[in-house]
Amino acid sequence: MASTAITAGAEPVFHLEEEHAHAEGGSTMLGFWLYLMSDCLIFAMLFAAFGVLGGNYAAGPAPKDLFDLGLVAVNTTMLLLSSITYGFAMLTMDKGRVGATQGWLAVTMLFGLAFLSIELYEFAHMIHEGATPQRSAFLSSFFTLVGTHGLHVTFGIVWMVTLMVQVARHGLIEANRRRLMCLSMFWHFLDVVWIGVFTFVYLMGTLR
Amino acid sequence: MPESLTKFIFGRLTLESLPLHEPIVVATFVVVALGGLALLGAVTYFKLWGYLWREWFTSVDHKKIGIMYMVLGLVMLLRGFSDAIMMRLQQAIAFNGSEGYLNAHHYDQIFTAHGVIMIFFVAMPFVTGLMNFVVPLQIGARDVSFPFLNNFSFWMTVGGAILVMASLFVGEFARTGWLAYPPLSGINYSPDVGVDYYIWALQVAGVGTTLSGINLICTIIKMRAPGMTMMRMPVFTWTSLCTNVLIVASFPVLTAVLTLLALDRYVGTNFFTNDFGGNPMMYVNLIWIWGHPEVYILILPLFGVFSEVTSTFSGKRLFGYTSMVYATVVITILSYLVWLHHFFTMGSGASVNSFFGITTMIISIPTGAKMFNWLFTMYRGRIRFELPMMWTVAFMLTFVVGGMTGVLLAVPPADFVLHNSLFLIAHFHNVIIGGVLFGLFAGIAYWWPKAFGFRLDPFWGKVSFWCWVLGFWFAFMPLYILGLMGVTRRMRVFDDPSLQIWFVIAAFGAVLIAAGIAAFLVQIFVSIRKRAELVDVTGDPWDGRTLEWSTSSPPPAYNFAFTPIIRDNDAWWDMKKAGYRRPLSGFKPIHMPKNTGTGVILAVFSVALGFGLIWYMWWLAALSFVCLIATAIGHTFNYHRDFDIPAAEVAQTEEARTALLAAEGARA
Repeated sequence: MASTAITAGAEPVFHLEEEHAHAEGGSTMLGFWLYLMSDCLIFAMLFAAFGVLGGNYAAGPAPKDLFDLGLVAVNTTMLLLSSITYGFAMLTMDKGRVGATQGWLAVTMLFGLAFLSIELYEFAHMIHEGATPQRSAFLSSFFTLVGTHGLHVTFGIVWMVTLMVQVARHGLIEANRRRLMCLSMFWHFLDVVWIGVFTFVYLMGTLR
Repeated sequence: MPESLTKFIFGRLTLESLPLHEPIVVATFVVVALGGLALLGAVTYFKLWGYLWREWFTSVDHKKIGIMYMVLGLVMLLRGFSDAIMMRLQQAIAFNGSEGYLNAHHYDQIFTAHGVIMIFFVAMPFVTGLMNFVVPLQIGARDVSFPFLNNFSFWMTVGGAILVMASLFVGEFARTGWLAYPPLSGINYSPDVGVDYYIWALQVAGVGTTLSGINLICTIIKMRAPGMTMMRMPVFTWTSLCTNVLIVASFPVLTAVLTLLALDRYVGTNFFTNDFGGNPMMYVNLIWIWGHPEVYILILPLFGVFSEVTSTFSGKRLFGYTSMVYATVVITILSYLVWLHHFFTMGSGASVNSFFGITTMIISIPTGAKMFNWLFTMYRGRIRFELPMMWTVAFMLTFVVGGMTGVLLAVPPADFVLHNSLFLIAHFHNVIIGGVLFGLFAGIAYWWPKAFGFRLDPFWGKVSFWCWVLGFWFAFMPLYILGLMGVTRRMRVFDDPSLQIWFVIAAFGAVLIAAGIAAFLVQIFVSIRKRAELVDVTGDPWDGRTLEWSTSSPPPAYNFAFTPIIRDNDAWWDMKKAGYRRPLSGFKPIHMPKNTGTGVILAVFSVALGFGLIWYMWWLAALSFVCLIATAIGHTFNYHRDFDIPAAEVAQTEEARTALLAAEGARA
């Protein structure tokens, strides 16, 4: 690019004649990736904390006493399905079908809410049995890791509602597509994190 | 009012929380309050509120945000330094049974606040401000990737600073040392608000720092002018890129570990407690996984400054550009592999300590390579000893000593003797003052004409320089000696009278540094007074080499009327050598982001949220959290965030500059 500009004419040219437009929102995807990676580090720290403290039951309940793998399996299914339906929302967005996009987003949100409800039920049940976050370092790190993920899902849902309102108002304009794309990355990211939680906290915890 | 209602409204904030019984704090408060009132009064009297709000506070212009960061850093430097000189005075007089003038409760807050303020609210704003101002100009961009985010990041940093400052007068600050190790910082041993101020100030500022890091990485990756390949980026931009990578890859760790500490304190979890399976050493590990990259976050951009300054004032291309870039990248990576050297005494065993000792020593190799590159750049150069170059030479002489004591401390057996001693204190002040601060002064003197269109007064700059450099050596060499004699850090009183002389010398050094700071302020004041004499209309006062010197000083809002094309890593030097002529016609409208007050509002709610959490005013915390989210969502409903600067306005601005340049040419 530069070489063509330099050799144009006898004298070198050091500027673009036309306004060099950086595409609107051209950095957004990279920026959002970087944000996700920084968020990933927060989760990495919480996983590390669980790795260090996960066996410190302080004579309190252990994963075997607490985890109901059947319930967790259902919960995992909810979240994985929500990722698939978000994928469908993106496919319909690419085709420019506003109604279908909104519909799939609504379905995604319902799966997300189901996931959260089951998680809250699980937490309530554990706390009822005396397995509170204060009981042992294991439970502190468990509630913090799983709870942080849950908080992210909650924010994802708030964000999804916001975007649905914005899509309803303005349609699938460029800015809204970009926003839906960011939320999509966020949502799938939470899915990946959950797979880590499911494996390291629940499955390996039960084996412990 | 019934007690329960008072408790609901004010949480644990009572009249006793105000330090009315501490005369020193009251006097400080009076001075600060009077100064603040005078400032607010002056702003009101001169009807500047509207101007400040429209042109500065809500500005998304990276140059203005950069300058505001520098102002924040300077203001907080005064606070951080007051703490320093109070400690020096206390240690110089607390001998022979004297208790000095600071009680333990107060002294412990001072050394904690000094560290926190100097790192988070002096060095970080200075460094971020410099990067914000310079990087887009160096890469030929109009602004950063996310201009609103930039404004928001700045105000979050201010928010954190406000919380720290509030702790001086409302309640107290942490008494735990600057990293707030548990279990001391846990609720059992620090039940009052000090550690909570610490946590929420850093969390609020940390959001700003992380987002600003993401922003600058995107800017450097995505917004470079055509022709500027990665290996044609100016070294300052390279070091900024590496610094921001470090920020994004380390500040989330700090956020996470402070959140865990907050949970321990607020919810009663057991991450870092002594019982129920908690593990305080995990905190120390986690916080240093942030903390060590942090010191490279601070120093790397200044390595960039020294590179720019050395090549500019030697009139030569930088020696070993490629090796400089690789050295920076190697330091970036290695900085994640050394954190355990901060606690060799933890008992990790010989193998682990050896590993971290060796990685630490290895870091000195790329750093040494940089040092030689600067020296070889100067070798046979036509060196001009202007102020930025003086700071650079002072840096080279000072920093090498700090680097060598660092390698010494990296030897685990030596560290077992020297850890937690004044030797360590001398070491890190040696690299932070000798590296970061000297670099900042070099950078400020170097880029000030770019920011304001006139140079800084050299006389007062030299006064400041000599006071700072001599002051540093007087203040910290005694600490090396005391450290070797076994004196530990954070001591308030001493038994052995033979030590006193060294503390007196150190206090004398601190006084010299105070004079250096005063001279720096005088320099700014005098330069503004004499701005007509010191004016530079060329935009290139130092015969610079990089792109920022190709535009006017101060640059127009859009930085460059036309996007430049780059074919060399000293782009502007290349342009000058090739007979570059400024385009005088053919201007196009320029697309720019609009100002917004949302950043300020979000930061205000964040401070309120932090304050509510610190004082257990749950209603305030909840309310401000809801407002925070609502404002953030509300902001996303605004789709019209840009506007076009009309071509006529660009032409007008450029013609004004043409006329100025012609007048200057006629005068010369």
